[in-house]
Amino acid sequence: MRHFFTLFKHELRMLLISPSTYIAAVLFLSLMGFIYWAILRGMVNTPSETLPTVQFFSVFWIPVLFVVPLLTMRSIAGERSSGTLDTLMTTPTSFVAVILSKFSGAYVFYMLLWVLTLGFPLLTQKLYPHAAESGALLEYAPLAGSFLFLATSGILFISIGIFSSSVTRSQVVAGMLSFTTLFVVIIGGQQISNIADTGSGLSSLMIATVNYLQIFEHLDDFSRGIIDTRPFFYYSSTGLLLLGLSSLINEAKA
Amino acid sequence: MTSKKKETSPSICVKDLTRQYGALTAINKVNFSVKFGEVVGFLGPNGAGKSTTMRILSGIMSATSGSAWIGGICVAQNPHEVKRKVGYMPENNPLPVDMRVVEYLRFRARLKEVPRSKLNDCVQEAMETCDLARTARRKIIGTLSKGFRQRVGIADALLGDPEIIIMDEPTIGLDPHQIQGIRKLIDNLRGKHTVILSSHILPEIERSCDRVIIINRGRIVAAGSSHDLRKEFLPGNRFSLIIEGTESCVASCLSKCGFDAAILESTRLPNDKLELILRVEKIGDQDLRLIQVLSSHNTLTLHSLAPLEPTLEEIFLAATKRSWEETLENKPKIST
Repeated sequence: MRHFFTLFKHELRMLLISPSTYIAAVLFLSLMGFIYWAILRGMVNTPSETLPTVQFFSVFWIPVLFVVPLLTMRSIAGERSSGTLDTLMTTPTSFVAVILSKFSGAYVFYMLLWVLTLGFPLLTQKLYPHAAESGALLEYAPLAGSFLFLATSGILFISIGIFSSSVTRSQVVAGMLSFTTLFVVIIGGQQISNIADTGSGLSSLMIATVNYLQIFEHLDDFSRGIIDTRPFFYYSSTGLLLLGLSSLINEAKA
Repeated sequence: MTSKKKETSPSICVKDLTRQYGALTAINKVNFSVKFGEVVGFLGPNGAGKSTTMRILSGIMSATSGSAWIGGICVAQNPHEVKRKVGYMPENNPLPVDMRVVEYLRFRARLKEVPRSKLNDCVQEAMETCDLARTARRKIIGTLSKGFRQRVGIADALLGDPEIIIMDEPTIGLDPHQIQGIRKLIDNLRGKHTVILSSHILPEIERSCDRVIIINRGRIVAAGSSHDLRKEFLPGNRFSLIIEGTESCVASCLSKCGFDAAILESTRLPNDKLELILRVEKIGDQDLRLIQVLSSHNTLTLHSLAPLEPTLEEIFLAATKRSWEETLENKPKIST
């Protein structure tokens, strides 16, 4: 664990001085700011029962698809192609510590970006106090539920990015692989669910499995305050499995 | 390990080390040992297996078969413990370009488990040894010249006072001043650390190393001091002479006087002079007689005669050529 903390601090430092981190942050915050503005604008024109916070977090997948690849694509692939991974492994550290530190660095930054989006309702409240009178902008329960969902699902998303970065030495390939896998996991699950809903002869076990992998369902539950252990298990176990595989791949490639 | 035991037992011991990449055998049953405090040069053409051997010794790559022992510890069984004993500078010296020199060395020292109380002193000492402390301490690695980057790599290998220092081509891309600096640095390490280094600059290896290991096509083809290797690969005494006369005259004159000599090279110079490279077997202390014989001959005028010491480059070429010939001889002939 001693090496983990040294590597973790190093990872955070490298993320802070890397231009791709700032590109990801600017893109993320600009896009999410625009989405938040569009949601508020839409609610002014056509009042809706759904809280702006819930609507805002329901489009979580849009930034995830580009921020996660940008944050993770250079983590292992970049180090391997430049040879610094070899230099790192000349010290008495383990691949597990390296992978965990890469994951933790990217995860902390990913969550920091989401925490920064809290600035949008706070700014709206400051600039338009009358709009916040109803308390709809900063409803704590859906906010806490949504953040809990982002924190747990983030384990899987970042792990996918780290795994993609481990299997190749090209950062571009790692980014594309990460994007495609995230797309299949997030959007693909919903599409399979749509097929299951049309009742095209899927067995009840298959339907149960598809529902279990429904990421949008999980978000819906979390934002309504339903905290189920099954999504926790799904995200953390799959995430750990991918991190374990990444570690094994790196050992095999050494 | 006590210092006395350390000095008597071999620092590095390699037995039948083999590494295969699929069908390609990078190193094949390599055997050698290095004593504590020795500086050993690893020589070989590109793709000979030098870097593979060094990577296995530093614990970052596993061998297909055979064993390697570093300071009495088996590399395959305990690579982490081996990494604590080895300071390794990989080929091409990959470094993070965004970091400052001092930040990078502190990070590396922490990873090498240097105690927190000694961390700053350890980094400072390594930087001073490699002449980085005053000139490049706070510079960003990406902005440094090739020579300074090499020094950062060497400083990294020295961190934590490892028993064994392995450097893969540390002088590549350096100017003569920097090479001289590295030579001095290696001289300072002699006796205190076991050093293995590979280089393509053969005179550099000859000057810096106590012993040379020549590897070709994954096999060790020669090992020993430069003196031993000269005896083995280029036996006999060699002379360079400039004469006025013909090659046949020199040959007949020497054979008449009982010299077992052979003309290796002949170059025609301006003014009808001839430069010859001569090999004379078992001459002992008769080189004066050689001058007398050649100068007393009627049809020959001796202008100069100088003994030639074979360079490591010649030994290297002879050793690798011999291994090529042996390989070709062992190759089964394909019937047509």
